Amino acid sequence: MQTFMEQLPTVIGALNVGFLQTLKLFVVTLLGAVPLGLIIAFGAMSKVKILKVLCRGLIWIIRGTPLMIQLLIIYFFPGLVLANNVWGGGETGRFIAACVAFIVNYACYFAEIYRGGIQSVPVGQEEAGMVLGMTRRQIFFNVTLLQMIKRIVPPMSNEILTLVKDTSLARIIAMQEIIWAGQAFMKGSQGISGAIWPLFFTAIYYLIFNGILTVLLRKLEEKLEFFQ
Amino acid sequence: MAILEVKGINKTFDDTLVLKDISFVLEENQVLAIIGSSGGGKTTLLRCLNFLETPEEGEMWIHDKKIFDGLENKTLSEAQIRENRLHFGLVFQSFNLFPQYTALGNVMLARQLEAKSKPDYGKNKKEIEAAIEKQAKELLTQMGLEDRMDNYPHQLSGGQCQRVAIARALAMSPDILCFDEPTSALDPELTGEVLRVIKELSERDNTMIIVTHEMAFAREVADKIIFMDDGRIVEEGPPEQIFENPKSERLQEFLQSMITV
Repeated sequence: MQTFMEQLPTVIGALNVGFLQTLKLFVVTLLGAVPLGLIIAFGAMSKVKILKVLCRGLIWIIRGTPLMIQLLIIYFFPGLVLANNVWGGGETGRFIAACVAFIVNYACYFAEIYRGGIQSVPVGQEEAGMVLGMTRRQIFFNVTLLQMIKRIVPPMSNEILTLVKDTSLARIIAMQEIIWAGQAFMKGSQGISGAIWPLFFTAIYYLIFNGILTVLLRKLEEKLEFFQ
Repeated sequence: MAILEVKGINKTFDDTLVLKDISFVLEENQVLAIIGSSGGGKTTLLRCLNFLETPEEGEMWIHDKKIFDGLENKTLSEAQIRENRLHFGLVFQSFNLFPQYTALGNVMLARQLEAKSKPDYGKNKKEIEAAIEKQAKELLTQMGLEDRMDNYPHQLSGGQCQRVAIARALAMSPDILCFDEPTSALDPELTGEVLRVIKELSERDNTMIIVTHEMAFAREVADKIIFMDDGRIVEEGPPEQIFENPKSERLQEFLQSMITV
């Protein structure tokens, strides 16, 4: 029987590998969902009826069903129903499927936050830009956008912290993220079994990472305090 | 020569006619004050002139050039509307300054964006930016804000904000500067500084249209008064005639109510 100190490096090594997967899923989701959410938000506010209905319908479905179901359907549907596993096999396929599910899911939540942010900028701002001869594009990027960002940072911070924890759902399609790595030592892995303490360590990884994010997002909020 | 001619403007909101057959003429360097009770269509008229609302019928002419025609309006591109709109400047009741820009930034922004979209910007970037900044500083100094240029709107008083907004509108060199109740959102002790600035502008050969509830000010600064009620121009004329010798019963009532309050 190994001592705790002997087991520790093995566990930390495994958790680091798992956390890297968690981190990759988190970063890819954020990079994908932030812009996709903006597109969906504009779609949901569009004057083109069909686009508006489609985007609002997507938001309704995605926000109205569990992310876990979405993960399962997105991963298994192509292979089982269409007889064509577009994701490919193995860890890579599972990771790509997880990314798609997370990006779509989070884009819909972000879209609603963006919509609230855009609509909370007073219409007088756009009108002021218009009477000064600015184009709609110029008004959006030079007048509305920063005011919108200032308003959405607090709700986005919430979603981003939730995303860090939600990545653990990807284990339902056997993506080996950090909790998977920690739990392995309960069942037995690398000569360690029946150990629950690695799971506590996974919690510490989450805590530290979310702590860093909280500080960074707070910094961003402070940066935007120069105007009201 | 008439700088602005408005002919037969009709505007409806949800089947309610809010502007009914509005026609008037404005001469160059004239100051026109539009008075009347709230809901009479004064603000809507200003918004139509600035292309923020689109009348269903009527025409607008600037310097004998037609810039709006209710019949042809739908065929105009956004760029054309933008160009026509620049004949007018608009100062809003609620200032609508851009909060993330300093006073100076607010005045420069539209000019900078305009310059950046032109092909020669890259070559003469420094000179163009310097010219824009110089103009903005002159305008703010003219507004008495030389020591407030680097302040953000939330650091300024209402009166200062409104003066920045006036400078911002002037930066685009509009043919006609419109004011939509420029002092209505201000504390009473701050209205004076804004009215003084507008009066100075009127003395410097600016053509202006002012929607206002300040009767004494309208009388002092305007060359011509239009009294609107229920979407119509009820009476128009020089201030002396409007205030001392009102012809219509509605205007007599309106002026009476002002005095007896």
